[in-house]
Amino acid sequence: MLLIYCPYCQEERPELEFAHAGEAHIARPTNMADISDEEFETFFFIRSNPKGLAYERWRHVHGCGCFFNAVRDTVSDKFLATYKTGEPKPDIDSLTKKGDGK
Amino acid sequence: MVETAAMILPHEGNAAGTGVVTITPAAFASRLSIRARAEAVAPLSRALGVKLPDAPKTSAKSRNGKRTALWLGPDEWLVIDEAGADLMAPCAKVKQLHAAVDISHRNVALIVSGKGAEAALKAGCPQNLSLEAFPVGACSRTMLGKVEVVLVRDDAETFRVEHWRSFSDYVFGFLAEAIRDPVI
Repeated sequence: MLLIYCPYCQEERPELEFAHAGEAHIARPTNMADISDEEFETFFFIRSNPKGLAYERWRHVHGCGCFFNAVRDTVSDKFLATYKTGEPKPDIDSLTKKGDGK
Repeated sequence: MVETAAMILPHEGNAAGTGVVTITPAAFASRLSIRARAEAVAPLSRALGVKLPDAPKTSAKSRNGKRTALWLGPDEWLVIDEAGADLMAPCAKVKQLHAAVDISHRNVALIVSGKGAEAALKAGCPQNLSLEAFPVGACSRTMLGKVEVVLVRDDAETFRVEHWRSFSDYVFGFLAEAIRDPVI
């Protein structure tokens, strides 16, 4: 079974306890009433959906219940890093060199 | 003739066992779900008489051992009082913002005990339940088969399996079936 490191529980837990929750680092516009329909569409519907490294939100739904962010390779399904909500994006280059899954 | 309705508890009559593991329903206990930010943790701990633990997967007991506080998340705890005391009243005196919900009737528990207890739970729980990874006093919300449960390790060979009362038939059936496995 795939193990995912939960930054709140501070240990690796079975995949079964987690739920995927979409792309990470999408900021809601502060001037929501002023933006055009096209800008709203971009914010609301358009996702990057990359083949390779993706920044994603995950939720430890059957554990601590917390949302956190993860860097996952969408081809190999390998988690390169997980980090708490609100923390900055980790540096991809250092992750791919180290690549220990923590 | 006076007709009275007798309440049948979810796990009434549910007991199973083999030579190495027994499954018994836990006695009635009162339970409280607490969500609170850091500033309310100390006042709530004082009011309840049990320290709300701040380390993941840990639990704490009150001095008389009847009340247990389980860490479920960074801002979420489950308090179980085996004496059945009212847990809402002490929380009502706490001024700091928090959410306390009495869930005494939502949850029921089974006690899985014996040499084969760990193996019986492993039939449906994907977590590492060895003594090194899940020591005495450890607790965690996790999965058992298809349902969410809260596991507490009371001692090396005893687990408390807290679950919703509507899942009680499933949980008991699952465990009763699991202990028939000859490897357990």
